[in-house]
Amino acid sequence: MKKNRLWFRSALLAILVVAIGYTIYNSMNEESGTYISKGDSAPNFVLTDLDGKRVELEDYRGKGVFLNFWGTWCKPCEREMPYMQRQYEKYKDQGVEILAVNVSETNVSVQNFADRYRLSFPIPMDKEREVTKAYGIGPIPTTILVDKNGKVVDRTSESLSEKKIISFMEKIKP
Amino acid sequence: MQSITCECGHSNPYGTSLCQACGKPLQQDVEVLSSMRYEGSARRSQTYKQTFVDRVWNFFSSVKVGVWLIVIILVAAAIGTIFPQETFIPPNVDPAAHYESEYGTLGLIYYLLGFHNLYGSWWFILLLGMLGLSIIIASLDRGIPLYKALKTQRVTRHDQFMKKQRLFSKSHDVELEEIKYTLESLRYKVREENGNLFAEKGRFSRWGAYVNHVGLIIFLTGAMLRFFPGMYVDDILWVREGEKASIPGTASDEGQYYLENNKFILEMYDKQEKKFNSALSSVGGEVAKNYQSNVTLYKTKENHTAGADPELVKVKDGEIRVNEPFKFDSFALYQTDFKLNEFYKMSFELEEKATGKKFGKLTVDLHDPETEYDLGNGYKVKIEEYFPNFILNEHKQPSTVNNLPDNPAFVFSMYSPKVPQGEKAFVGIQKNIDSGDNQFKMSFAGIETKNLTALTVRKDHTLWIIALGGIIFMIGVTQGLYWNYRRIWIKQNHGEVWAAAHTNKNWYGLKKDVEFLSNKTNLTPLEEKESDSK
Repeated sequence: MKKNRLWFRSALLAILVVAIGYTIYNSMNEESGTYISKGDSAPNFVLTDLDGKRVELEDYRGKGVFLNFWGTWCKPCEREMPYMQRQYEKYKDQGVEILAVNVSETNVSVQNFADRYRLSFPIPMDKEREVTKAYGIGPIPTTILVDKNGKVVDRTSESLSEKKIISFMEKIKP
Repeated sequence: MQSITCECGHSNPYGTSLCQACGKPLQQDVEVLSSMRYEGSARRSQTYKQTFVDRVWNFFSSVKVGVWLIVIILVAAAIGTIFPQETFIPPNVDPAAHYESEYGTLGLIYYLLGFHNLYGSWWFILLLGMLGLSIIIASLDRGIPLYKALKTQRVTRHDQFMKKQRLFSKSHDVELEEIKYTLESLRYKVREENGNLFAEKGRFSRWGAYVNHVGLIIFLTGAMLRFFPGMYVDDILWVREGEKASIPGTASDEGQYYLENNKFILEMYDKQEKKFNSALSSVGGEVAKNYQSNVTLYKTKENHTAGADPELVKVKDGEIRVNEPFKFDSFALYQTDFKLNEFYKMSFELEEKATGKKFGKLTVDLHDPETEYDLGNGYKVKIEEYFPNFILNEHKQPSTVNNLPDNPAFVFSMYSPKVPQGEKAFVGIQKNIDSGDNQFKMSFAGIETKNLTALTVRKDHTLWIIALGGIIFMIGVTQGLYWNYRRIWIKQNHGEVWAAAHTNKNWYGLKKDVEFLSNKTNLTPLEEKESDSK
């Protein structure tokens, strides 16, 4: 009888703790109705980059992908760009690629920006926001780390320090 | 931890203060009347061996804890209304910076603590979860013993139990059948045992509190499910007239839905019409009659890759008005907002300043400008810089607020046979700045605009759960508030007849019942005690 009570109480508490925990976990990952978070497989996408080349995420299987969503008018995005460029040069040969998806801007603006910061990584142009919506991007910059198997390892909407970028690169290095 | 056996023979769980069967106080210092709320049952098992689980359980079993949780939640919700929630701040701004710049340090603290998105902040969900836990545990700890106590109660009650009731009397020579008949006429359920009577009415009202708690739990479960994938979508979709856009949240293996905005319609009440004339002049202006989007729904083929050119198949046409959503699958699109006359294309002419002679016209698509426009005969214009929403930033540099073409500005390079090396000019709305010795200028030659519609994309699989919870809650409240549990005991005691009565609320109603009873029979009117004397 007493043992039953302990079992019942423990089971009920466990169920409720799990339910509340899962709710909080989901709420933290949520940006909008659809969202891609840690552990999900990164949805494939196809975009044309600033140089007119076709970029498809699946082609990067086997490499780590530092997937960044940004805009020229967004100050925190601008701040992290030089760091990204510097680390890109270091990690490019170690199998980490940067894809800096521009959210719905014109080639003129983005080209000027890329020239100013001498950016050499591909900048896929998401003119219609299709990819931005598919990834449930709210605020920018948002960075999503995709490992060599196409799984999302981390997702953040902070403006990144160079140190943070290095630790991210290390995380997804194949 | 052994159970307590009362002198009447009933075995009660440890911690019981009034015998479940006969109502005899089982411990000293028991106040009968105040123990009646839960029938003197052992509602809180504080005395059980305190394992960790028991301690957590007992914490949440406390009504005090539950009340504090409610108070904290209310205060947090109130604080959440001081500054606007994140949903209502302008899109495309960094929330952290926005709250600090608009509301100062307090705004920053507000943001850092998560008050800007209260219902999504982890600690608010945790508080609600704890309230849910408290409701469940407190109800189980009280409801089940109460149910057992009311179920096992006997007709014959202990003398002390009778004497301590708020309404009590002693009489002689009373016709029991008469009492029974009278009570039954008042629609009491009467039981008889050894010449004693027990009449009760409205026992189900005691379950009201537990029914409304079940409703609350269902309600909270529904709210919780909104955070589960696939249960709830609440998004906004902006579409320009004549354009198609993918509908957020609608991607699946079967494809992705797209919506085309064929036309956005804004109608005003007609001022000329007699019927509306006076009403309209009293509000001093235009009053909208209709906001409407005419749309077409499309779907891609299976396994559509985001960003790829969609192969669209038309699903259906529709009209969306306020409160008349457009529905498909489990989604509904609601008319929420609009923007009239957003700049779409701007035209310029290359003009020689001295002569006013024009050398061709170019039209710039503000969402996708070309870098170079060849006007023929050696005339050419290049766009060096483009600021869709021009502003001078803090360093007095031209820049853009965001990517919306609300205040477009350009740096043009103009090439001509006369000036083959090119001349630069900064051109914006009512701005045309050059170094002063330019021979050519870009003169404004017209603008095209487009209307936009904004639709709320909503999918909600939780609404029926929330509604069900609300209905059950209201049933419970009604059950507990509009009915009450009235009990009357009649006991033969050494030639006397003892009568006692109790109700959980509405003593006035109970008193009228016993008054009626003593008027119809020989029963001494029941007297009210001032308080529960020991």
